[in-house]
Amino acid sequence: MQPQSHRFKQNVSVALQDVQLQKALERVQEGFVDKRAAVVSTLPEFEQLREQGKAIRNHVLDNLDFYLQRFESQVQARGGQVHWAENAQQARDIVRDICKRVGAKMVIKGKSMISEEIALNDALEADGLDVVESDLGEYILQLAQEPPSHIIAPAIHKTKAQISELFYHAHQKLGYTRKLDTVPDLVNEAREVLRSRYLEADVGITGANFLVAETGSNIIVTNEGNGDLSCTLPRVHIVTASIDKVVPTLDDASALLRLLARSATGQEITSYTTFSSGPKRAGDPDGPDEYHVVLLDNGRTEMLAGAFRDMLRCIRCGACMNHCPVYGVIGGHSYGWVYPGPMGSVLTPNFLGLDEAGDLANACTMNGHCASVCPVKIPLPDLLREHRRRQFERKLQPRFARFALAAWATIVRRPRHYQPLMSMGIRILNRLGRGKGRFKSLPMLGAWTQTRDLPAPQTQTFQSLWKKQRGDER
Amino acid sequence: MNKARIGLFVTCLVDLYRPSVAFAAIKLLEDAGYQVEVPEAQTCCGQPAFNSGDFGNTREIARQVIDAFADFDYVVGASGSCIGTIRAHYPDLFENDPAWLAKARDLSAKTYELTSFLTDIASIDTVESSFRGEVTYHDSCSGLRELGVKQQPRKLLDSIDGVSVNEMQHSETCCGFGGTFCVKFPEISTRLASDKVDNICDSRAPVLLGGDLGCLLNISGRLQRLDKPVRVFHVAEVLADMADGAAIGEGED
Ligand code: SF4
Repeated sequence: MQPQSHRFKQNVSVALQDVQLQKALERVQEGFVDKRAAVVSTLPEFEQLREQGKAIRNHVLDNLDFYLQRFESQVQARGGQVHWAENAQQARDIVRDICKRVGAKMVIKGKSMISEEIALNDALEADGLDVVESDLGEYILQLAQEPPSHIIAPAIHKTKAQISELFYHAHQKLGYTRKLDTVPDLVNEAREVLRSRYLEADVGITGANFLVAETGSNIIVTNEGNGDLSCTLPRVHIVTASIDKVVPTLDDASALLRLLARSATGQEITSYTTFSSGPKRAGDPDGPDEYHVVLLDNGRTEMLAGAFRDMLRCIRCGACMNHCPVYGVIGGHSYGWVYPGPMGSVLTPNFLGLDEAGDLANACTMNGHCASVCPVKIPLPDLLREHRRRQFERKLQPRFARFALAAWATIVRRPRHYQPLMSMGIRILNRLGRGKGRFKSLPMLGAWTQTRDLPAPQTQTFQSLWKKQRGDER
Repeated sequence: MNKARIGLFVTCLVDLYRPSVAFAAIKLLEDAGYQVEVPEAQTCCGQPAFNSGDFGNTREIARQVIDAFADFDYVVGASGSCIGTIRAHYPDLFENDPAWLAKARDLSAKTYELTSFLTDIASIDTVESSFRGEVTYHDSCSGLRELGVKQQPRKLLDSIDGVSVNEMQHSETCCGFGGTFCVKFPEISTRLASDKVDNICDSRAPVLLGGDLGCLLNISGRLQRLDKPVRVFHVAEVLADMADGAAIGEGED
């Protein structure tokens, strides 16, 4: 996917005017926020669980090399293979080579954000492979030829009517000629269309919610069961995951799963939690002949060593974007790359650089809602501020903003000059706005006054009134 | 017994825009039995620099605030976001500077948002005010999430006879102010303010109160641009019985 993060402001303007998108985004509140709140309120130890989740993830990051090696040896012991990819290109090539070697024609995919990060579908399709997304949301987007706009509900930006229209056009050639208008009907039709594809597929590619070092298992959670089918039916199963996904033990994984389901979808547990730990063993009724795990770094070791280390705790639940007021009105596509919302605004500049994605770090009111719901307590606003610090150091902010800030700081740092200067300014402003109480427009403040009145100062500065009052009393 | 001494952190917006909020804070604190002083060497907490990534200037401003308020028993301010900056962020600024870190921690530990000081520290549970009517309350983000200010202002409002709080939907959702955010991303900011305005109007309360002047300027500006008759005050003005003058953005006439 060509990054569009540098067009953030234009993207936002379009998104705010997009009636369908705005309608679709209304579902975030009820579908995610309210559900999460309800399920969290029934678990008194949720806050302790968050602390535990944070501790587990921190422990992993402190010992990442150890757990990754352990994971690799466990996968090997069960007859699978681990491949290490330093960057997106390497990861794509590893998957392509496996597909070529096994003579694959068709690939069925479970949902994987890493696959999005490395733009895997494009690469496989360029090799002539037939790639089918099996997650309903991803399938919808494949038909629409759009990227995901949310990390767990990739098609959240689409309305039911839009999906119905997509299916109507795409499925006609398969004999489905009815326009559907209920969600169950849409789901069923997608199921029927996809069902036969699982059996045709040579390779199944899934993501990973967690990789368990103790057992070499890969865990994925879904609500559709598509993940199970994608990893058990084809003869080759490839897992695409980033190195930070590893956890020490099954116990750790279960603690994190409790956090994940509640934070992501407001469920106590997702409908399907699938463990796969290698290829089919002698006597197993089903399972793949080959099992591969592609472990992607793509800049994560660098993050591990620097100021963004906390971000690697992320378990990709999406709660931060669900609770982000900005995401809630601009949607995921505005962010212009794979990861949207607060976590995306921290990650994207790490992956693409501040020149491409600098706006993302600034498009935050610092309201802190994201951090207050993050199941592993990532201080997202602080990390966004760290990006801003780097922008400031590299002088990447617009010249006028830098100038205004410098001028302001010069005065603020000199109280003795500040007081009389402000007192004078306020007197003038007060005289200008006298009687009316507010301004409809003011030069240089168009960004405010175009859509908002600007209240006029009450009288004089407090400091001058206070001084006067003290003087009178003496 | 000597009265404990409070240094009032005025905040730059109150100083410039709405001195009545500071006078209200002083009255409330004095009524609660404290001696209140206002150090002259204060300007701003440094938040605009901090959130713009200019940590150098932020540190200098923080040192200024730390020095100006070092001698007080408590520091109190009528703004969740400025107090949040002092309490939650000043110490982080001096991580590598042990001497200033100690001073920053000292200040952080004795600094409180007004309503939380009144209820949590001064144990005030009733105030006298002639204000009457229904109000709705916007929970400003920093006060809510950095300082846990939620019940304190409501508890004090409830103690006024004839005042009732009609809770709006999503009172905890950001109004879109966000300091410089409101002029850096005016479209998003306006949209969030409009959503807030809708929720305020749906509450049917004729008065909006809040604890942070920045948010209140933003919300009142949007209310007035949309010709909504809701009046906006800082909660301190109502609690101190000083809300009989012009509301935010209202003319004298
Ligand atoms: S940053 Fe936290 S809230 Fe956001 S997706 Fe990651 S774990 Fe979830």
